[in-house]
Amino acid sequence: MTEMVHGTTSGSDGEAILSRWWRTTDLWTMTCIFLLFSIGLLLGFAASPPLAEKNGFAPFHYVERQIVFGALSLSTMIIMSMMSVDLVRRLAIIGFIFSFIGLLFLPIFGTDFGKGATRWYALGFASLQPSEFLKPCFIVLIAWMISASKEINGPPGNLISFVITVVVSTFLVLQPDFGQACLILFGWSVVYFIAGAHILLLVGVAGGAIGLGSFAYISSEHFARRIDGFLSPDLDPKTQLGYATNAIQEGGFFGVGVGEGQVKWSLPDAHTDFIIAVAAEEYGFVLVGLILITYSTIVCVSLARLLRERDVFVRLAGTGLVCMFGIQAVINIGVAARLLPAKGMTLPFVSYGGSSLIAGGIAMGILLSLTRNRPQKNVADIFIKG
Amino acid sequence: MTDTMNRIAIRPLSRILPARLRGEDPIRIEKENLKIRHDQMRDVERVRSNIRLLLIIVMFACIYIAIGARLAMLASSQPAEPITQSSNSSVFTQRGDIVDRKGRILATNLETYALYVETRHLVDPLNTANKLAILFDDLNADDLYSQFTGTRKFLWIKKKLSPEQMQAVHDIGDPGLRFGPRETRLYPNGALASHILGGASFGKEGVDSAEIVGVAGVEKTFDSQLQDPTYSKNPLKLTIDLSIQAAVEHVLEGGMRLLNAKGAAAILMEVDTGRIISLASLPDFDPNHRPKLPSRGSAAESPLFNKAIQGVYELGSTFKIFTVAQALELGLVDPKTKINTKGPIRIGGHKINDYRSNGPELPVWEVITESSNLGTARIAKMIGPEKQREFLSSLGFSKPTTIEMIEANGGKPLLPKRWNELETMTISYGHGLSATPLHLATGYATLANGGRLVNPTLLQEVKPVLGPRVISKEVAENSLAMLRGVVTGGTASLADVDGYFVGGKTGTADKPSSQGGYDKEKNITNFASIFPINEPKYVLVVTLDEAQDTSGPEPKRTAGWTAVPVSAEIIARVAPLLGLRPKFDNHSTIGITLSNWQE
Repeated sequence: MTEMVHGTTSGSDGEAILSRWWRTTDLWTMTCIFLLFSIGLLLGFAASPPLAEKNGFAPFHYVERQIVFGALSLSTMIIMSMMSVDLVRRLAIIGFIFSFIGLLFLPIFGTDFGKGATRWYALGFASLQPSEFLKPCFIVLIAWMISASKEINGPPGNLISFVITVVVSTFLVLQPDFGQACLILFGWSVVYFIAGAHILLLVGVAGGAIGLGSFAYISSEHFARRIDGFLSPDLDPKTQLGYATNAIQEGGFFGVGVGEGQVKWSLPDAHTDFIIAVAAEEYGFVLVGLILITYSTIVCVSLARLLRERDVFVRLAGTGLVCMFGIQAVINIGVAARLLPAKGMTLPFVSYGGSSLIAGGIAMGILLSLTRNRPQKNVADIFIKG
Repeated sequence: MTDTMNRIAIRPLSRILPARLRGEDPIRIEKENLKIRHDQMRDVERVRSNIRLLLIIVMFACIYIAIGARLAMLASSQPAEPITQSSNSSVFTQRGDIVDRKGRILATNLETYALYVETRHLVDPLNTANKLAILFDDLNADDLYSQFTGTRKFLWIKKKLSPEQMQAVHDIGDPGLRFGPRETRLYPNGALASHILGGASFGKEGVDSAEIVGVAGVEKTFDSQLQDPTYSKNPLKLTIDLSIQAAVEHVLEGGMRLLNAKGAAAILMEVDTGRIISLASLPDFDPNHRPKLPSRGSAAESPLFNKAIQGVYELGSTFKIFTVAQALELGLVDPKTKINTKGPIRIGGHKINDYRSNGPELPVWEVITESSNLGTARIAKMIGPEKQREFLSSLGFSKPTTIEMIEANGGKPLLPKRWNELETMTISYGHGLSATPLHLATGYATLANGGRLVNPTLLQEVKPVLGPRVISKEVAENSLAMLRGVVTGGTASLADVDGYFVGGKTGTADKPSSQGGYDKEKNITNFASIFPINEPKYVLVVTLDEAQDTSGPEPKRTAGWTAVPVSAEIIARVAPLLGLRPKFDNHSTIGITLSNWQE
């Protein structure tokens, strides 16, 4: 019986690696990722020429870069999805160490590109945002910690993961990058929630987030203005939000037509944070609905697969990754739909951006690796309990 | 089976101790125990975390559906806010219109554009400056260029653009040239009724709109009402009649030119209500391009100066009727009482004389028709200073008129500092007291309506209130008869317009000379008339400044040759417009006849 349970995982069953990968990988999620990337490219053709023109490049300069980064990102994803859980975990923890060091040295070597927040390293050909790479690695790390604490006589993983979370989000707030800090907190909360956190603790975390938000509102004018903009019922049509809302309304259900949109000329972030406005204006609600369905497919399919997972680490890390991915899309589209206050958040795989694209590839690679079909001990359940 | 496992889990040593005794490796058993405990714990936790995972799935599904619904809602709604300011007119009519008594537009608003420059958007400042200077004569290319390239980010170029100018500026094609939509005040009739309307200009100015504020005339008087959006649907209705105003101004201007006058004013008023049908002052101006106030010289020389309301003049012999009316009222004389007209009267170093000798004595009515200074002065002497002042004051000659124009306060009568016998005598024939033509019109309206004071008004909607009785009906009637006599057989014979029974009194006053005293060559001529005299409806006052009829061998400067023919022409023109039916039957002038006084 023991043989039956453990033996099936061995790689010596003579099946080719690729064929096993194809058989066991979450093809739904992978297809959706490819779909999102294609939509991103399609929108990039419309949204990025104004910026390219402004910066003196060829019209499709940013699309070309996106293709290069995308190829890199998607191949990273596929390669990582082939890795074993242990290898993925180890790589992620090494990745966390490097990206955290990167985060620490940002104030010294980083650049702010004139945007008021030091988040990037300028590498000449591209810019690197350590916090993007930090996120998936962080999730893996804390999932590992918390799952380790589930072992009898295991380390106090909950406490350690909480300390790491606080440290990382503090450094992010110092940049300042409230968005990523919130994402980090959110990721930890989800992982801890699934790991069986006491409900009072979660309430405490929510309270803390509110407190932090209030503090940020009081201390950061930049932040406060955005919240005020969201809370005021009248929308100034000359703000980013105003343009975005207007673009969605102009688009209607079937859009104004490919390339006919106007919002890309007015919004500086049309190719990144407000790409959904471009999508809504040019292709209408049809495409936006498709994007939403794609994201929800990824989230729901991945979580459904994780429901069957018995390994605590896999379950926690997978949930953390997929929730962080899902919430990023929610925030980005929610801002454009005026359900949330303005917050710079990229739309994973759709927005332009090398760091976010490659980091997204890494995150999804880890997720795919974690959600692969593995023999679970449910057979044992049947035999032992049955 | 479960029972066994539980027992093992709770008491892990129960298997280890005997195993140790048996010499077996206890670590294996310990590991096995641990693994069973783990599996148990995980089974419990998995159920809980599965519930939580499902919760998260449901939550995400709800959030995505909510976002989708919100986006669908947005997509199905119409864009509310225009992206650019230039799209369709968001500027709505703010300032109320001004209309005449028949609802014809006197002042309205026109959508126009102001031109401004945002220097940071300028592509070619030099070319733009040059082209603007060519388009607009008052702009200087060098100044513009230095402003464009200076530190200023924003500057106004033009406050109002015509559509043609706007197109021309568009054709320059520089993105730094911007247009700000706004409304401007438009006076479609040009200079017509310019003094009444006054004018408006921009108050607070923004890029997208500008406030219009009245600067003069009724625009200023009723500024707050016109700006009030609740009033803007109901235009401000004036008592002015546009076509009559046009006729009056036309005739007045012609008369002014023919008689070489410097200026002229005319007032046409309803005697029973005080409503002003027409009020003109020449020279005038176009309120669409209101001239600036003169920086030098007398303000009274400016076209902006409203002679009818602001100009205070010695009104000359037109005052004589007030003297006579008061004497009749006081019972000091009756129309046939003979008055000594032997001249001259010497008093306090002054000499009063008649323009032309009238013999030793005249009856009172002929003092008026012949316009005898001596006779009037002697009647005034009978009245005395106190009573004269009271009477003139009750006719409104002691304070500015109450017409609803901001300029009315400027028309404060000049009263003598000392009001003794000498002043009484000169004032009796209109010297030594200055008042506006509107004062005169008001005084004559009082005589015409049977003795009730009237308040001159420009508001058609306000129900006019007659003031207190100043003169008895009988005295008023006798006065009107004498005024008719002036036209039929006195100094104003040129005013006898067929069919309209004009009555009135001329007045010629020498203008005060700049060196002191009076200038014999320059005078103010007035003719205050009432028509039709048998049932008085209208008062017309015409004032000419330095008019002289040079058609004869000698220049004729008296009112009878200047103001009177102009008045006659005005009456002939406007009476039909007023709806007056001419009557050619002399017998209908019942009561108003001099025959019963003539020997």
